[in-house]
Amino acid sequence: MAEVAISDPDTYKVLAPVLLLVGAAMLAFLIDSVDADSTNYRLIAGTSIAGTLAALGVTIWYIAIGVGVAGDPNEAGVQGLFELFGGSLIVDQMALLFVAIVTSVTALVLVASYDYLEGQPHAGEFYSLVLLAATGMSTMAMADSFVTAFIALELASLPSFALVAFLKDNRGSVEAGLKYFLIGALSSAIFLYGISLVYVSTGRLGFSEIATSVAEGGFDQGIFAIGVLMIVGGLAYKTASVPFHFWAPEAYEGAPAPISAFLSSASKAAGFVLAFRVFVEAFPIASVANGIEWMLVFQVLAVVTMVLGNFAAAVQENVKRMLAYSSVGHAGYALIGLAALTGGGAYNDFVLGSAMLHLLVYGFMNTGAFLFIALAEHWEVGRTFEDFNGLATKAPVASLAMTVFLFNLAGLPIGAGFISKYFLFGSAVTNGIWWLAAVGAITSALSLYYYSRLAKAMWIEDPADDLRIESQPVGLYTAVIAAAVVTVALLVAFNPVVSTAVDAAGALLA
Amino acid sequence: MMIEALIAVCLVGAAAAFLAPDRYAGRLAFGVSLLPLIGSLFMYSQFDASGNALLASSENVAFYTRTTWIEVGELFRLDWHVGLDGISMPLLALTTILTSLAIVSAWTPIDERQSQFYGLVLFMEAALIGVFSALDFFVWFVFWEAVLIPMYFLIGVWGGPRRKYAAIKFFVYTNIASLVMFIGYVALVIGLGVDTFDMADVAQALVVDGAAPSAFPGVSAGALKTAVFFAMFAGFAVKVPVVPVHTWLPDAHVEAPTPVSVLLAGVLLKMGTYALLRFNFTMLADVAAEFAWLLAGLAVVSVIYGAMLALAQQDLKRIVAYSSVSSMGYVILGLVAYTVYGVGGATFQMVSHGLISGLMFMAVGVIYNTTHTRMVTDMSGLADRMPITTGIFLAGAFGYMGLPLMSGFAAEFYVFAGAFGATESIGTFAPVFTALAMFGIVIVAGYLLFAMQRTLFGPFSLETDYEVTRAPFHDVAPLFALLGLVILLGVAPEIAFEMIRDAVGAIPAVGGA
Repeated sequence: MAEVAISDPDTYKVLAPVLLLVGAAMLAFLIDSVDADSTNYRLIAGTSIAGTLAALGVTIWYIAIGVGVAGDPNEAGVQGLFELFGGSLIVDQMALLFVAIVTSVTALVLVASYDYLEGQPHAGEFYSLVLLAATGMSTMAMADSFVTAFIALELASLPSFALVAFLKDNRGSVEAGLKYFLIGALSSAIFLYGISLVYVSTGRLGFSEIATSVAEGGFDQGIFAIGVLMIVGGLAYKTASVPFHFWAPEAYEGAPAPISAFLSSASKAAGFVLAFRVFVEAFPIASVANGIEWMLVFQVLAVVTMVLGNFAAAVQENVKRMLAYSSVGHAGYALIGLAALTGGGAYNDFVLGSAMLHLLVYGFMNTGAFLFIALAEHWEVGRTFEDFNGLATKAPVASLAMTVFLFNLAGLPIGAGFISKYFLFGSAVTNGIWWLAAVGAITSALSLYYYSRLAKAMWIEDPADDLRIESQPVGLYTAVIAAAVVTVALLVAFNPVVSTAVDAAGALLA
Repeated sequence: MMIEALIAVCLVGAAAAFLAPDRYAGRLAFGVSLLPLIGSLFMYSQFDASGNALLASSENVAFYTRTTWIEVGELFRLDWHVGLDGISMPLLALTTILTSLAIVSAWTPIDERQSQFYGLVLFMEAALIGVFSALDFFVWFVFWEAVLIPMYFLIGVWGGPRRKYAAIKFFVYTNIASLVMFIGYVALVIGLGVDTFDMADVAQALVVDGAAPSAFPGVSAGALKTAVFFAMFAGFAVKVPVVPVHTWLPDAHVEAPTPVSVLLAGVLLKMGTYALLRFNFTMLADVAAEFAWLLAGLAVVSVIYGAMLALAQQDLKRIVAYSSVSSMGYVILGLVAYTVYGVGGATFQMVSHGLISGLMFMAVGVIYNTTHTRMVTDMSGLADRMPITTGIFLAGAFGYMGLPLMSGFAAEFYVFAGAFGATESIGTFAPVFTALAMFGIVIVAGYLLFAMQRTLFGPFSLETDYEVTRAPFHDVAPLFALLGLVILLGVAPEIAFEMIRDAVGAIPAVGGA
C-alpha cells in the first residue's frame, strides 16, 4: 500500500477523474459568467460533457492498467493502491469502479439534458451543479474516513436539492425539491450523529483505525450500536432504501427526468459504495461481536425494501412513479451485497462483487429508462401508462430501447440485467443465505408484471388520436440508444467487469 | 463459426428490417432470411458429426465452438459453447426453412407496421438458431427467453381481436415455466457441486460418470434428481404443450397471424420437446425411465384428449392448433420408449410435424385471406374457386393422418415401432399405450376429413361477402415448398433419419433399456 504525500504529483494523477469533474464544473461557471446577459449554451454543454467523458476515460484506463490493485507503484508512476491525505481518501479498485459508474451516468444525463434544457434559463448552473454532485459522488467512492465521507455526501446532496427543484415554475418540481431537502437534512443529521457516537466509542474517524478499535473492544457497546444503526439510516437515505425511501417517489416524480435518472442511478451507487466501505472496512464482520450484527439489519432491510419497492411499483398508474418504486426495489437487491455476507463465508467476495455488478448494470438500464421518460416529457406524451399507448408506432427506435431497459430491469436474459441479478441471487445461495435469493426471485418475477405493462402499452395498445411526435432530439436519442447498447453489450462482454468487481470486493474484504 | 455467422446475419437483418420503410421490409426480410437458409443447407450437406452432442466427445460435434464467456475465479465458468449433432441439425434447418416461408406468407396478411414485424421475426430466427445450437445452459437459456419476447409482441400487435389476452397468457405461462425450469437446473448443478453449467459437462458427469447431486444436506441424490426432473418437465411441458398445461396454445394460435402461427407450431413447440430430449431424457435418463409409465400415460392423454378437443372445434385454425397437442403427444411417447426408433422417431416427428403443421396453418391462412372467415360452418365448396389451395390443404391433411410416402407416416411409424416393444422402459403395457395412441390417428382422420368435406366440397357458399378468387402466387408458393419437403421426407426419410439415428443411438443405453 502506498501512502502518498500531498506534495507528490501521484496524488493528483490518481485523483485525475475527480479533478476533471471539478475542473469542468468550474469552467462551466466561468463560461457562463463571462457575459451575464447571454448563455453560450452549446459551449457550456460541450465543456461539461467533454470533462465528464475525459473523467470516464481516465477511470477506465486506470482500471485497465491496474491502479488501485494492491502492490507498490511501478515505474509507470500511477499503479498500485493509493492512500491520500493521511488516509482520508483511498483509491482502490472499488473506488475506481464506482467512479466509472458515476461518470458514465453523468455523461448520459448531460448528453440527454442538452435537449431537455433547451429554452430553460440557468443552463450554466445546471451543468455545473450536476458536475459538482458527480464530484461529490466520486469522492464518496474514495472516502476512507467519516470526515471525508460526510463532506462528500453533502457535496453530492446540496447540488441535488437545487437540481430537483430546477424547474422553479413547476409546482411539482419545487415541492419535490423541498421534500428532498427536508428529508435530506434530517437524514444527514442522523448520519452525523451516528458518526459522533461511533467517534465517542472508538475515538477514531478513519475507517481502518475504527476497525482496529472495534476489534480491541473496551467501549460502551450500546452507544456504539446506536451509532452504527444511525449510520445505516443515513446511508439508507442516500440509497433510497427502507426506512428512508419515501422521499424517492416524490423527488423522482417531481424532478426534471434527467435529474431523476441521475439521482436514482449515480446517487444510489455512491450511497452503496460508501455503505460497502463503511461496513466492510470500519465494522469488519470478524468483530461484529463487539458491536452490532449489521448483516442481520441489512437482511431485514433488504427483504422489506425488495418487497415494498416491487409491490408499490406494481400499483402505480404514473410511469415515473413506477420507475421510482422500482428503483427502491433495486436498492433492495443491491442490499443483498451486504446482507448475504457471513462471518467466514467462503464466497463473501462473490456476494459483494455481484452487488457492485448489479449497480453497474443498473446504472445503464435505469438511467436509460428515466432518460426515455425525459424523451417522453420532451414530446409531452403524458405521465400515465395509458398516455404511452401506441408510442412504438410513432417512435419505434426509442421504444425498442425502452423495452430493452424494462426487460433488463425485470431480469429477462436479453441483456446484462439478467446476468447481474442471477449473480446476485446465485452468490447469496452459494453463501448459504438462500432465502434472501428466494425473496429476490419472487419479487423480481412480480416486477415483470409492471415492467411489461409499459412495454405492452407502447407496442400493443392502439395509440390515441392526438399522439404526435414532432421532433427527434439528437441528445436524448443518443443517450437513450447508448445506454441500451451498453446494457445489451455488457451481457456479451461481462467477463472483464466481473473480474474487476470480484477482485475489488476481495481486496476490500481482505 | 458457421453458427455464429447465421445468428449474426439474422440479427443484422433484424436491425435492417426494423429500420427499413414498411414498403420494402417484407422483401428485405425475405432476402436476408435466404442467407441463413442457404447457410444451414450448406451446413446440412457438410454435416460430419457422429454421436450425441452431450455424450460424445467434442471432436464429434459439428460446427463446434467453445470459448470462455464469464469466469468468476474458481467459483464457476460460463462458456460460449455451441455445436450441432444429428438431433439439432434437422431442427436448425427446419427453423431457417420455416422462417423464410413464413416471411413470404406474411406479405399478404401483414399490412401495418411491417418493418417492426419482420424485424421481430428475424430476431426470433436468430434466437431459435441459438436455442438449437447452444450446448451451455446459460447460452441456451438466454436464447430460449429471447424467443419469448418477440413472440409476445408478434401475437400482441398483429393478432386477432383477443390478441392482448392471448399474448399475455402466452407470456405468463411460458415465463413461469422458464422460471421453474431454471431453478430446477440450477439446483441440479449446485447439487452436483460442479463449477460449470455446461450441458455437455453436466450430462457427462451425470450419465457417464454417474455423479450423484448430493451437495444439499438432508436431500438425497435420488430425491433431488426426481425433483429436478419434474421441475424441468413442468417447465418444458408448457412449451410442448402437454395436457393439462396446453390451454395457452389454442388462444395463442387463434389470435396469432398466420405466419406467426406457422413459426409457433412449426418451431416453437419443438423447443419444448427438444429441451425435454436434451435435459430430461438424456441428463436425467434414469428418472425418466423410472417414471416412464406416468409419462407415457400423459403422452396418450395428450394424444387422445387433444384429438377430441380438435373434433369439437368449428374454427379451422383451432382444429389445426389442437391437433398439435395431439401430435406432440406422439413425440413424448417416442421419447419415453427409450428405443432408437422411439427416440429417433420422436425427433423425426418434431421435424415432420414442423413441416406439416406449417403447411396446414399456411393453407388455413390462405383461405382466410380470401374468405375472411375460418369458421367451418361459414363456408363450403371452396374447391371450385380455389382448386390449388384445396389440393394442397388436402395433401397436408393426409400428411397429418399419416398417409404413406409422406413424412407423417414415417414419423408415426418410427414412434409406434419404437414404443410398441418398449416393455423395458414403459413396462408390460407398452403395447396397450401404443395402441391407444394409434387410435388417436383415427380421430385425427375423423376431424380433418369432416372439416375438409364441409369447407372444401359440396356446393359453393360463403357467409361473408368477399370475392373468392385464386390466391396470389406468393401465398401459394410456400405451400408447394412445404408439401415438397413433406413428400421428400416421406419418400426418403433417411435424409434426416440417418443423422438422427446416429445422434440418439446412445440414448437408449442411458435410459437403462
